[in-house]
Amino acid sequence: MSWLTNFVRPKIRALVGKTDVPDNLWQKCPACDQMLFHRELENNLFVCNHCNHHLRLPALKRLEHLFDDGYYTRIELPEVEIDPLKFRDRKRYVDHLKDAQAKSQQDEAVTVAHGKLGGHDAVIAAFDFSFMGGSMGVAAGQAMIAAARLAKLQEAPLIAVPSSGGARMQEGMFSLVQMPRTILAVDEVREAGLPYVVVLADPTTGGTLASFAMLGDIHIAEPNATIGFTGARVIERTIGEALPEGFQRSEYLLDHGMVDMVVNRHELRGTLIRIIDMLMRRAPSAEVVPLNSGDIEIPTPKTAELEKETEAAVDLAADD
Amino acid sequence: MRHFLDFEKPIAELEGKIEELRHLSDDGDLNIADEVSKLQAKVERQLRQTYAKLSSWQKVQVARHPERPHFTDYVKALIEDFTPMAGDRTYAEDAAIIGGLGRFRGYSVVILGHEKGADTDTRLKHNFGMARPEGYRKAKRLMEVADRFGLPIITLIDTSGAYPGVGAEERGQAEAIARSIDTCLSVRVPLITVIIGEGGSGGAIAIAVGSEVFMLEHSVYSVISPEGCGSILWRDGEHAQDAAEALRLTSQDLHGLGFVDDVIAEPLGGAHRAHDVTTHRVGDRVEKALRELVNIDGGVLRARRREKYLAMGANGIG
Ligand SMILES: [Zn+2]
Repeated sequence: MSWLTNFVRPKIRALVGKTDVPDNLWQKCPACDQMLFHRELENNLFVCNHCNHHLRLPALKRLEHLFDDGYYTRIELPEVEIDPLKFRDRKRYVDHLKDAQAKSQQDEAVTVAHGKLGGHDAVIAAFDFSFMGGSMGVAAGQAMIAAARLAKLQEAPLIAVPSSGGARMQEGMFSLVQMPRTILAVDEVREAGLPYVVVLADPTTGGTLASFAMLGDIHIAEPNATIGFTGARVIERTIGEALPEGFQRSEYLLDHGMVDMVVNRHELRGTLIRIIDMLMRRAPSAEVVPLNSGDIEIPTPKTAELEKETEAAVDLAADD
Repeated sequence: MRHFLDFEKPIAELEGKIEELRHLSDDGDLNIADEVSKLQAKVERQLRQTYAKLSSWQKVQVARHPERPHFTDYVKALIEDFTPMAGDRTYAEDAAIIGGLGRFRGYSVVILGHEKGADTDTRLKHNFGMARPEGYRKAKRLMEVADRFGLPIITLIDTSGAYPGVGAEERGQAEAIARSIDTCLSVRVPLITVIIGEGGSGGAIAIAVGSEVFMLEHSVYSVISPEGCGSILWRDGEHAQDAAEALRLTSQDLHGLGFVDDVIAEPLGGAHRAHDVTTHRVGDRVEKALRELVNIDGGVLRARRREKYLAMGANGIG
């Protein structure tokens, strides 16, 4: 457990302060085209205050928002050999990596941290899409394994927040085997009887979705996130017809039984605390915002569609 | 008519000549017979030379060769009393992955794998070996039956990938693949995997997380198709060959990197030229592995498999 003894590097918001002022003080909402001022956007958790579009949240912002008072401890992740295949496309993979590191000031796509969540110990593994599309290579696999082991050590729930296009193809088979490896990681958490919650953030696709991200005790999706195995364009090209409205979006997945709930980012922290409280069989923590029975909202599936499914002859080809 | 790959053109021409000469030699002309055997020796030499130095991209072509032995050929050659099992007990039967009970050289086993089909009808029936969630859920069910009754599992991998369809996504392609991988990792019986053709990404690894993983000499196994990788990373459709090299997807590459436990030699000119030789070599290698694994306690088998994948690629060295 050497990596556990030498990791402690407290990252306290007060000490770090606001690190960087973005070059661009204004940003256009990709959904409604309104101009958003960066400070306002940050204060609103990167949610557009005009149309509620959830922009991608940098991993560190995510951690700051979720943990109690924004305090958390990042763990130093195990060193991995970078670029095991000496891969190059138009550029060398190591150069892609260096660019991503320089741009993001992060070593890799996944950050693992522990802290308190509603007073409970909790471990969060958060992906940052801005780091090479949050793609899953050896480093991400190691991060998930480290996160799982830390959760076990602390007898704490594990919360994974994928935001990832899928496998890091520049690592070839090294990236494909991260599917079984991350599954082994979350298996360890489940076998220890600890909660494993997945927060599906935009986007979660490919091998990332088809591994640890679909095996949670609870699946929460952020609104309108793209969640799917095969890219929409590939499907469209294969079947040669337009895709249904809302296809591979959070709400669509809720309708089709793949996630438990779609939760606004502002309510995510409260939802996680409540779930963890109950799964860990504890009295409500001070942080829990009790639900009024009037708030309970059972999602209404599109029953018409359900019936269409049952009536249809089970012809797989016709179905696609 | 044999199907020839682009780089097999010289061989195709020689074999065409042999055919012509054979038609002429109905009356047993000795000169022609002599010429035929000379040409045959030449074909053999050409095949040996060509197949000894196939590029990664050429191996992709061989791995996808339409006449390559498919799952059904292995079952016919190696499995007695094959008793297919159908359906995922939830929605449908998906013939892209087939499997069932059978006897393999004295062992009762569960065998399952992708079937691409061999002609238009069977290709459509098996959806070109591209499974939907139901296929992976059936695989999971079959592996669980094997686990319950202590039967070794043999999986044969041959798919370009999971099926990209609307229904497949709606019914949880990703979840089905994840559960299938989880099942591979969890069973307490020997699980032997052979990549017999194309190991296409998540749709392949879903049933390929074996105690032992073998590859046929000219099969390929990759996180993404070379075409897909080329178009994403090089941003055009012309770099599939470069991508094939860069991805290190051949059996030799993957054996060297530690992802594959052994490479099974193919007959001269590739598996498609001699189905019997190929299927029996695969059978022999699987049998050898099985003999070693059946004596190991189930819990140990499971723990070892999990250790193997935890260690795999942990620090970049497979
Ligand atoms: Zn907006």
